[in-house]
Amino acid sequence: MVRVKDHLKISNKIFNSRLIVGTGKYKNFTECAKAIKASGAQIVTVAVRRVNIFDKKKPLLMDYIDPKKITYLPNTAGCFTSNEALRTLRLAREIGGWRLVKLEVLGDKKTLFPDMIETLKSTEVLTKEGFKVMVYCSDDPLMAKRLENVGAAAIMPLAAPIGSGLGILNQTNIKIIRSKTKLPLIIDAGLGQASDASIAMELGCDGVLINTAIAKANNPIKMAEAMKFAVIAGRKSFLSGRIKKYIYGKASSPKKGVI
Amino acid sequence: MKKINKVKIKINGKNRLIDPKMSLKTLLSLEKVPIEKVAVELNQNIIDKKKINQIKLKAKDKLEIVHFIGGG
Repeated sequence: MVRVKDHLKISNKIFNSRLIVGTGKYKNFTECAKAIKASGAQIVTVAVRRVNIFDKKKPLLMDYIDPKKITYLPNTAGCFTSNEALRTLRLAREIGGWRLVKLEVLGDKKTLFPDMIETLKSTEVLTKEGFKVMVYCSDDPLMAKRLENVGAAAIMPLAAPIGSGLGILNQTNIKIIRSKTKLPLIIDAGLGQASDASIAMELGCDGVLINTAIAKANNPIKMAEAMKFAVIAGRKSFLSGRIKKYIYGKASSPKKGVI
Repeated sequence: MKKINKVKIKINGKNRLIDPKMSLKTLLSLEKVPIEKVAVELNQNIIDKKKINQIKLKAKDKLEIVHFIGGG
């Protein structure tokens, strides 16, 4: 039997790391670049915004994180309508040919929950235009299936509201989504600490996307490293097949030969 | 001496006076915009960066120049 190396495959692209990190909320680009290195991530999310043409000395993300070495995943964070999201990703593609993108269409400013009607519409349009769309979505198994049906490249349900650090609020739904799709399933948003990432992986997810939990930790670089190991540990734990749960004790030492 | 009437355009939401019929390429190089790191939209249409030399700007044009920044 040929042993296949365990890797993350998104629309024919292969990644060794199952951790995707965001590049927002860091103190500066130096800290961000160090955290990415510590996390081992090969994909980072980036936002599309106006160039500051009046302050030309402002540092550029690309000067710190080389898009030739790390895959940039343009994101539509901050978009509240399908049209805004489409406009943003078409611009992202023009910057340098990016086709693998993250779609995020928000529906509510307070919770930052996704507007799934607009998200579904946008996924369909973008896919037809040749984009490979990784979709931020609610943890609704039916909606996840509909995204798959219109051609999503990856399903990315939230664990909890963006930036909340609450961890996975509905593990059952994530398990159901896992059982219904073969697409890459990546937990996006709401994780707070390394153990949350392990839980996501133990539920059978293919990866996790983390920004705030790393960038806003007291020590972002150390947390980035913790997340890296948590994802690896969770994945190995999932692949190993956990023991059944029992309500009574089962002795670990044999009874035979007891003195 | 003939007076050149400048024309008003908007770049990223801010007013800017430019010489009439200035090409988009000239404007971007005047503004020191790193073309390979940005995308440009003119009046809501995305511009093919290979064609910026052929595009002449006119009064009331609205330009959006975007790039990647840190984000989640």
